[in-house]
Amino acid sequence: MNNYFVYSGDKNNAEQLENVNPTLYKKLDERKVTADDENEDVVDEFDSREVFDIVRNINDPEHPLTLEELKVVEEDLIEVDNKNNAVLVKFTPTIPHCSMATLIGLSIRVQLLRALPARFKVTVEITPGTHASELAINKQLADKERVAAALENNHLLEVINQCIRVEL
Amino acid sequence: MGTLELKQSLTGHRGRVWNVCWHPLGSCVASCGEDKTIRIWAPKGSQWVIKTILTEGHTRTIREIAWSPCGNYIASVSFDATIAIWDKKSGQFECTATLEGHENEVKSVSWSASGQLLASCSRDKSVWVWEVNDDEYECAAVINAHSQDVKKVRWHPTSDILASASYDNTIKIFKEDTADSDWICVATLSSHTSTVWSLTFNKTGDRIASCSDDKTVKIWQEYKPENNAGIQTPDNEPVWKCVCTLSGFHTRTIYDIDWCKNTGLIATACGDDIIRIFKEDDDSDPNQPTFNLVYSTENAHSQDVNSVQWSPTEVGYLASASDDGQVKLWFYSD
Repeated sequence: MNNYFVYSGDKNNAEQLENVNPTLYKKLDERKVTADDENEDVVDEFDSREVFDIVRNINDPEHPLTLEELKVVEEDLIEVDNKNNAVLVKFTPTIPHCSMATLIGLSIRVQLLRALPARFKVTVEITPGTHASELAINKQLADKERVAAALENNHLLEVINQCIRVEL
Repeated sequence: MGTLELKQSLTGHRGRVWNVCWHPLGSCVASCGEDKTIRIWAPKGSQWVIKTILTEGHTRTIREIAWSPCGNYIASVSFDATIAIWDKKSGQFECTATLEGHENEVKSVSWSASGQLLASCSRDKSVWVWEVNDDEYECAAVINAHSQDVKKVRWHPTSDILASASYDNTIKIFKEDTADSDWICVATLSSHTSTVWSLTFNKTGDRIASCSDDKTVKIWQEYKPENNAGIQTPDNEPVWKCVCTLSGFHTRTIYDIDWCKNTGLIATACGDDIIRIFKEDDDSDPNQPTFNLVYSTENAHSQDVNSVQWSPTEVGYLASASDDGQVKLWFYSD
């Protein structure tokens, strides 16, 4: 894993697709707004649904599909500990040798860094047992120095921003 | 338990501050970070104020800075793959040399005790030793001993012995082979189970404290040939053994550690926003030492603490730097 955070794919080139025919999953319904949500006197703590809503529409680097539609992210695999300012997001690559796994994890991390208050410590990990190199990828994603250096790489940042951009 | 009193918060950096470093006389501190600047802070009356801002030396994040032992030079290293040397011969600090050679991000820099050698390390897995002669910097060695990103280099406090810490979970010790003036790895310290972020020698240089992503601090003891403890030393080289592991104290990655040469106290900078201070027991067995947590500050910073360093001269003074953009000055008393 020398070339961590170096992206060498072309999402428009169908011959290079790793997972040609991914399984599609049903999207969750929009979050129901409750009376408390609109009550300014009720403290609105972050919950796993809110974090899920932040990452669900990230685009897959290969397919014109969202991470939710590919079941790469799921609400049940997100833990939020408001008291300790901790957010843990587990994500599931579509195939166990997915070379995009680091890029997907990085996109989730960047999206959460931008959307959540700075007090939160964000951990992004591969769902245990779902990728051949999960330990190496988890270690890279947890290394904030390497994440910071990667985000100063304009080409990589452009690719991540494309993943994060919400299609309107 | 002692007390750690906040003396002052120094604000001015934009974004994450990666490192803070005391001048060898304790008269000022330098800090650096994401905003590509080096800031030098000094006391004015009862307050510390910004004295100088050094810019345009680097095109990307400045990861670490180090004052030369004479205090006339600053070395800075950057994600832009270069090392910059700043000197104040003209009265003000100016970037007078840029050392190139590393393939990518330079992570750490350190001056030897004599000021005649400089060491740097990089994500390219290499450690470089530079010889310093009349403002000329010549590469004396490129050491490819680590198998991954090298996070920290630190010289021994008195000898030309170099230690490095890496993403490959090990610490390595290097020295010059006098036979052919080649720099060789003389010891590999294995015990941490994840990235070793930083290390620090004690005052005499016969111990190292290291900190890691595995949330532990380890104390390593040097055993020279024919030591009294009966530790075998193959190849007639000193052997470093882990004699103590401090686990269960830190809840996230430990990014930095500093062993005070005046008091023997050890300070750590942690991803849980806490600064902790450890002290060796008075009746500690040198071969099985015991350390106690003597202070822990909840929310020393509002985000990860990246750097801690004791003042070399003002006993008890500690500087820290954080992702929250601040440098803080603290005073510890028993």
